[in-house]
Amino acid sequence: MAKIESAFFDLSYLDALARRNTCIHRLDPRIKVIATAVFVICVVSFHKYAISAMLPFALVLVLVMGLAEVPASYVARKLLIVSPFAVMVGIFNPLLDHQPLMQLGPIVISGGWISFFSILLRFSLTVSAVLLLIASTGFNAVCMAMVKLGMPRIFAVQLLMLYRYIFVLVDEGIRIHQARALRSFQKRGLSMKTFSHLVGQLLLRTLDRAQRIHLAMLCRGFDGTIRIQRVFTITKGDLFFLANCCTVLFLLRYFDLPLYIGRLLTRLLS
Amino acid sequence: MSHHIVEVTDLTHTYPDGTMAVRGISFRIHHGESVAVVGANGAGKSTLLLHLNGYLTPQHGSVRIGDFPLTKATVQDIRKTVGMIFQDPDDQLFMPTVYDDVAFGPLNLGLPPEEVEIRVQDALVRTAVAHLRERPPYKLSGGEKRAVAIATVLAMTPDILVMDEPSSNLDPRARRTLIELLAGFHHTKIIATHDLDMVLDLCERTIVIHEGTIMADGPTLDIFNDMELLARSHLEKPFRLQGCPICSGELSR
Repeated sequence: MAKIESAFFDLSYLDALARRNTCIHRLDPRIKVIATAVFVICVVSFHKYAISAMLPFALVLVLVMGLAEVPASYVARKLLIVSPFAVMVGIFNPLLDHQPLMQLGPIVISGGWISFFSILLRFSLTVSAVLLLIASTGFNAVCMAMVKLGMPRIFAVQLLMLYRYIFVLVDEGIRIHQARALRSFQKRGLSMKTFSHLVGQLLLRTLDRAQRIHLAMLCRGFDGTIRIQRVFTITKGDLFFLANCCTVLFLLRYFDLPLYIGRLLTRLLS
Repeated sequence: MSHHIVEVTDLTHTYPDGTMAVRGISFRIHHGESVAVVGANGAGKSTLLLHLNGYLTPQHGSVRIGDFPLTKATVQDIRKTVGMIFQDPDDQLFMPTVYDDVAFGPLNLGLPPEEVEIRVQDALVRTAVAHLRERPPYKLSGGEKRAVAIATVLAMTPDILVMDEPSSNLDPRARRTLIELLAGFHHTKIIATHDLDMVLDLCERTIVIHEGTIMADGPTLDIFNDMELLARSHLEKPFRLQGCPICSGELSR
């Protein structure tokens, strides 16, 4: 159970990070959402063998991470947890694509391996960018910003409710699990059969709670729409940040910086 | 003033599975009165409370809140008049932050933003939790959650407060703070509880419910001194009214 419990504390930690006050935190959430979207689009639009051209984007991330005071170890740990998905996506590339593209001494590297690493790099960059967005803005503010940018309200409400009650649900799950663990000696009570009963129990409790929450909402005049009052103001500083950010990202996208530096160095050396 | 009266006449409710939770309950609660509804587990307290805010409509008999009889058409007006405080604050605090939660009701009433702001601030100050404004509800302690839940209801400016076990799951200090807070309100209060010591502090009148019917309805002190009645209703004399076993020497020897 240690795993679920620690994941739970990790979520609270993400919230704690979002409450800090740095120059990145103070930016308008909408600006950050747009900047993150531009970043993600730039990264995924590279051709499939790109590796070196994407590296400067990592620098941008590191810079923002430093400014927002988000610990790199935290982001790295999260990346590691979700990395199996990216590995699954790219794992067959080396088997399917044998075209040799590169030679490092005696080792020939096929296109498949390069596109596999390219996928891993893309995954790391985009996931860390989104994590950084949430760690410097807060989940709720990101949702509200997306509503202001035109996301249908119903999605935002779903996400906000999910985020609100995941803590209650995990708590309840942990209690049920502890109650079982305390009375199942030498793993005798830990079979799949009891597990399915537990999950059913959790579902019933959740339905009951949902009914009570709905009642509580009705009591306070709920009529189908959730209204949230939030005033976001975009300052000149915000626009300046966005303009600079987009310029840098587009430049990095269209000019292969590592290639130019490499050429320059080889010319200097030769 | 007639509009803070709660009148229940011959109310009966049978659940779909055939359980008769309430069988012919009648009472009348006047403006500004503070009334405790006590009784054993499963006596029908919760079912009764669910009628007072229109979640259940009477199958038989009637419920009048102020000037309105409770029907499907008047339920919206009744919910503005009756503020319901739930047993588990986690059910009541469903929004991402304390502020959003307290603003939820006033925003649904269609109030302008400045008015919403005033009401939220006012409610948070009255329950002494103004410093928690921007916090997410799951980070609060039990006592804080309860105070915020009360603030969400106060922001609707109800005339009548209905509470289900307000002092459950609170530590003694938080319970005391809650009692002092509730004692300061001039609303009509209906409190369903097992905490009979709290009833002594807050309610001058007590209604005892047993198996869906009213066993007794009268001044709190009279009821709590009637040992036979308490025993029949699965209740006990509040600790404060019992002789102290240590002082009287029953325990020490």
